[in-house]
Amino acid sequence: MITLSHVTKRYGERDRAFAALEDVSLEVAPGSLTSLLGPSGSGKSTLLRVIAGLEAPDSGTVILDGVDVTGVPPQRRGIGFVFQHYAAFKHLTVRENVAFGLRVRKWPKALIRERVDELLDLVGLTGYRDRYPSQLSGGQRQRMALARALAIEPKVLLLDEPFGALDAKVRADLRAWLRRLHEEVEVTTVLVTHDQEEAMDVSDRIVVLNEGRVEQVGLPRELYDRPANAFVMGFLGPVARLGGRLVRPHDVVVSAEPAAGAAEARVERVVHLGFEVRVELRLAGDGAVSAQLTRQEAEELGISPGDAVWVSAPTARTVIAG
Amino acid sequence: MGTTAVTVPTRRRARPTRRLGGAGALGFGISTLWLSVIVLLPLAALVDRSLHDGLGEFWRDITARQAVAALRFTILISLAVTVINAVMGVLIAWVLVRDEFPGRRVVNALIDLPFALPTVVAGLTLLALYGDAVAYTKWAVLLALLFVTLPFVVRSVQPVLLALDREMEDAAASLGARPATVFRRIVLPNLTGAIVSGAALAFARAVGEFGSVVLISGNKPFDTQVTAVYAYKQVESDNATGAAAVSVTLLALSLGVLVALRVFERWATRHDR
Amino acid sequence: MTASRLALRFVALGYLAAILVVPVAFILYKTLEPGPAAVWRSITTPAAVHAFWLTIEVAAIAVPLTTLFGMVCALVLARTRVPGRSVLEALIDLPFAVSPVVIGLALFLLYGREGWLGPTLAEAGIQVIFSVPGIVLATVFVCLPFVVREVTPVLREVGDEAEQAATTLGASPWQTFRRITLPAVRWGLAYGVVLATARAIGEFGAVSVVSGKVSGETETLTLLVEKRFTNFDLAGAYAASGLLAAIALATLLAMTLINRKGAVA
Repeated sequence: MITLSHVTKRYGERDRAFAALEDVSLEVAPGSLTSLLGPSGSGKSTLLRVIAGLEAPDSGTVILDGVDVTGVPPQRRGIGFVFQHYAAFKHLTVRENVAFGLRVRKWPKALIRERVDELLDLVGLTGYRDRYPSQLSGGQRQRMALARALAIEPKVLLLDEPFGALDAKVRADLRAWLRRLHEEVEVTTVLVTHDQEEAMDVSDRIVVLNEGRVEQVGLPRELYDRPANAFVMGFLGPVARLGGRLVRPHDVVVSAEPAAGAAEARVERVVHLGFEVRVELRLAGDGAVSAQLTRQEAEELGISPGDAVWVSAPTARTVIAG
Repeated sequence: MGTTAVTVPTRRRARPTRRLGGAGALGFGISTLWLSVIVLLPLAALVDRSLHDGLGEFWRDITARQAVAALRFTILISLAVTVINAVMGVLIAWVLVRDEFPGRRVVNALIDLPFALPTVVAGLTLLALYGDAVAYTKWAVLLALLFVTLPFVVRSVQPVLLALDREMEDAAASLGARPATVFRRIVLPNLTGAIVSGAALAFARAVGEFGSVVLISGNKPFDTQVTAVYAYKQVESDNATGAAAVSVTLLALSLGVLVALRVFERWATRHDR
Repeated sequence: MTASRLALRFVALGYLAAILVVPVAFILYKTLEPGPAAVWRSITTPAAVHAFWLTIEVAAIAVPLTTLFGMVCALVLARTRVPGRSVLEALIDLPFAVSPVVIGLALFLLYGREGWLGPTLAEAGIQVIFSVPGIVLATVFVCLPFVVREVTPVLREVGDEAEQAATTLGASPWQTFRRITLPAVRWGLAYGVVLATARAIGEFGAVSVVSGKVSGETETLTLLVEKRFTNFDLAGAYAASGLLAAIALATLLAMTLINRKGAVA
């Protein structure tokens, strides 16, 4: 549905130029929910805006549904965009907000009313039709923004950190709600986020970006279990460094007896995090390592700060030299 | 950038302040006293004098043919000037805020020139520039008033435009609206308050303007004479009562506009609460 | 660079040029047309010199008074909860709504021979109308709102937490004001003072009515311009205007610089 080829975008002048996007090429399958994941400054929002036509790339092409839209303004791309801070039309009611795209397309009034009601029902805002955005909560405003974007039957739905401005609980609720909505509406969706948990929870595929480049593309599980490099590994989950390799803390085995290939370490802290226990260790050589154990494992080991133990990661499924 | 979508006006909500008690009341007393002596007392004397010869005479003074002609001309030309500078004001504010060109900052500073330049100099200047063809005609008055009221709408609209959530415009574009439509349906409705505010101040200023028009309008009665000049002439002819009567109408007009503006402002900011 | 953007820019700048820039540039040109020597002679005649100093003197009295009032009033509006504040705030804007001629007339009717206070003051030997005190009063009237309107929003924006902190540390109200409040509003205050000064120097309509326009006594610079013009001394009128225009541009420069400082601070 979306094909990006060698998209580059730079900001600034000559020697102070910085590349927001560097030679990015990407394919998004129709009907899928893809996340663009990365830290601040990775270019993910810029990429989304390039797809939308809100920014123009310095070079490269954007193809939507088989059509080259590289020079086409956002009005004519058939996309729907949802902003982090809602971009609600504060002088219009909820109903008028959702109807906006249809009014611009000069749909007949009766049809507009029908569609708006349908969408408000879909997003659960029927009772708020005649309210103003300032009278809604953040989560409600974002649902309104989604209804507004969906009203025009876009070919592609683009969401720029849609839950970033909301409380953790609301964020979690809306995340689940979005996934259900996607399953119902089935529009090709691209979501920008810096929250790896959100990306893993919601997406069919994830694109990891760093400093304007694509680091890896794949299913959430692939990215977690087989990261292409240290950055991806570190971004998608916690990392422990052991014997020149990077492993997941939950793959670290702590034993009271020396074991083959294991390194000696001293326990510094044992932190009980509810259902799991994090053990912070200092290696005999140099460096620190965290291990993640289940409660049961921790109890069976019976370790406490100051103990000498042996750590290894024999069954680690994620290993990268570094 | 906060976590709310609604763009908050640049002033934060006033934090609760402690009561200064005695000092506050004293300050209030001083301020009110000063205001009363300097402003209210003279105005009271004015109103008093206007009724000096009774209500009947007051009425005759303000319905004198020349007075009525002057008032009509004043109001019409002030309205025209207000409308022109409202439209141009929005345009200029737009260009200053959204466009970038060399010398933009200088241009921005120049907008305040009418506030800094004495009105009589402004009048003389326009006269010198546009010469005999224009002098002593309604166009001269129009030009002078355009000069004098130029900054009001520009300065009123600029901060609102600066603070406007650009994402609303992006959103409208993404929903299919062309730039002109975005301006008409999204930007303009959010500027209305500022435009009306600036326009009201411009109008109040225009109806009372004296310095910039007295030299150039030639003061042809029934033709290009504004009420302020008419009042002045009445003072010169020793008709203080008549002058006072006409001044009171002018005062009522300006005050009416200011009051209407306050009421409008309260209504217009209802979305921001 | 779209065509429409260029068109908008062109129209806006063109309008500004026609209404603002060209006229002022022209007056400066016209001023210097007779040559610097002639201009200098024109603005150093006894009448002109007196007018200049009278204008300065009036501003030197009116502006500090306005500043004092403005500061007190701003504190009342932004730092107290006295009931009646909003009425005070609304009344502050009155001078903006009153025509200068009306102001002059009102003062005339209060302090003049036949006015409310005129006879009383005359007995005490004080003449207000047709004398310098009248000019000062008229100028104070028109300058009234400027400092208040610039300082009040700054006071509100800044909030009084720093002042509260100073109080807990033992500072007296005056010390708090001098060391905490005043520095916090200095740019707003400066801006208001500059605006008030420009207004004071440029006042014409009210002064026309109350001053009597006696050359060498109660004639300000603006009145001088008018007199020369009506006496067909165009070059002289331009010279005086040029001087006022130069002062205005200097004011504009000061305003711009203060704005920049204020924004950065």
